[in-house]
Amino acid sequence: MIALLMRDLRLAFRAGGGFGLGLAFFLILAVLVPLGIGPEPQTLARIAPGILWVGALLACLLSLDRIFALDFEDGSLDLLATAPVPLEGAVSIKALAHWLTTGLPLVMISPVLGLLLFLPSEAYLWLVISLAVGTPALSVIGTFGAALTVGLKRGGLLLSLLVLPLYIPTLVFGAEVVSRGAMGLAVDTPLALLAGITAGAVAILPFASAHVLRINLR
Amino acid sequence: MGLNVTDLACARGGLAMLEGVSFSLSSGAALVLRGPNGCGKTTLLRTLAGLQPALAGEIDCPPDAIAYAAHADGLKATLSVAENLRFWAAIYGTSDIDTALDQMNLRALAGRAAQNLSAGQKRRLGLARLMVTGRPVWVLDEPTVSLDVASVALFGDIVRHHLAGGGMAVIATHIDLGLPEAEILDLSRFKARFPQAGTGDFDEAFL
Repeated sequence: MIALLMRDLRLAFRAGGGFGLGLAFFLILAVLVPLGIGPEPQTLARIAPGILWVGALLACLLSLDRIFALDFEDGSLDLLATAPVPLEGAVSIKALAHWLTTGLPLVMISPVLGLLLFLPSEAYLWLVISLAVGTPALSVIGTFGAALTVGLKRGGLLLSLLVLPLYIPTLVFGAEVVSRGAMGLAVDTPLALLAGITAGAVAILPFASAHVLRINLR
Repeated sequence: MGLNVTDLACARGGLAMLEGVSFSLSSGAALVLRGPNGCGKTTLLRTLAGLQPALAGEIDCPPDAIAYAAHADGLKATLSVAENLRFWAAIYGTSDIDTALDQMNLRALAGRAAQNLSAGQKRRLGLARLMVTGRPVWVLDEPTVSLDVASVALFGDIVRHHLAGGGMAVIATHIDLGLPEAEILDLSRFKARFPQAGTGDFDEAFL
């Protein structure tokens, strides 16, 4: 299991591994939005929570189809499925590796991008917390979508269509945490719901992903 | 310790390919599958490996005994030869990759990235993966594709060594591996007959 995690991380950091793709996208979005909208701090501060969350979500989406497609193409997915590692575990590790290479960097860079969007200072803490709590759900749900579309050629479009609706609750509650934080209101309810979605996804979806993967490999 | 297959039927893409396949292997024995393209060799091997369920019949084999090698070698292009092998060794809970490197004549290539290997060298690495699994039953799909004559002989020796150590092998191949002791099974005998039109439930067509 650890070996699989280390391999996936090593592959992500090597040439062509796709590490930084999501991060670059997030950065570009946060830089371009003020240029497109105009530099008024009030406007930007109002939309900053939503923009940052939408950006994080799309950045996650960008690298989803790599989770299984590359392993499927070179045959290692077949070999992994016949290896003594439970497929549920392998799927969870893949989701974890995706989060470590996509979600975690987004969490860490988000305060800097908040600065670009004039995010009110009270909201920084909640931005980081909500992303840290919410992005694991994005990776786990995305892994499920990737498992569903693994055998398909050019399955990226279908993958986005399948996964986006499942991302909506995370987006709604995540952005709500940040906007309430920015206004100085209590954030308990949306944060609890966000954590609940993540916990539920992490608990249930690896089993669904592994099952779907077994069917797709037949 | 043995692999017993009785009356196995398997399908590809929802279409029955083979039926009534029976054979048994005991320790130290090898089985070579032959048959024309599309007769179901890969389908049978995937069924044996547990990647797809059998339509009927039984595969009697101790759990966690089978190591499967497909057409694709499952190599990561940006990892080196040693890193690729070490990964699979870790997955199978073994740690000795040196024997496999030496026996497959990969020692000199150990530090090279898999993307810079020739097709035959990749194949050798894919076969070295089998040796680090430490599993007794090798299920091999066309293992000698793109290997040169010397490497085929090398591979024959390794299979013989594996058999001598009490292992088993099921190999789908078109060429002579130099394994005279191996039993040969011609799969074209087991071709599934198409179900008669009009029988069967109408709904089944949509399942």
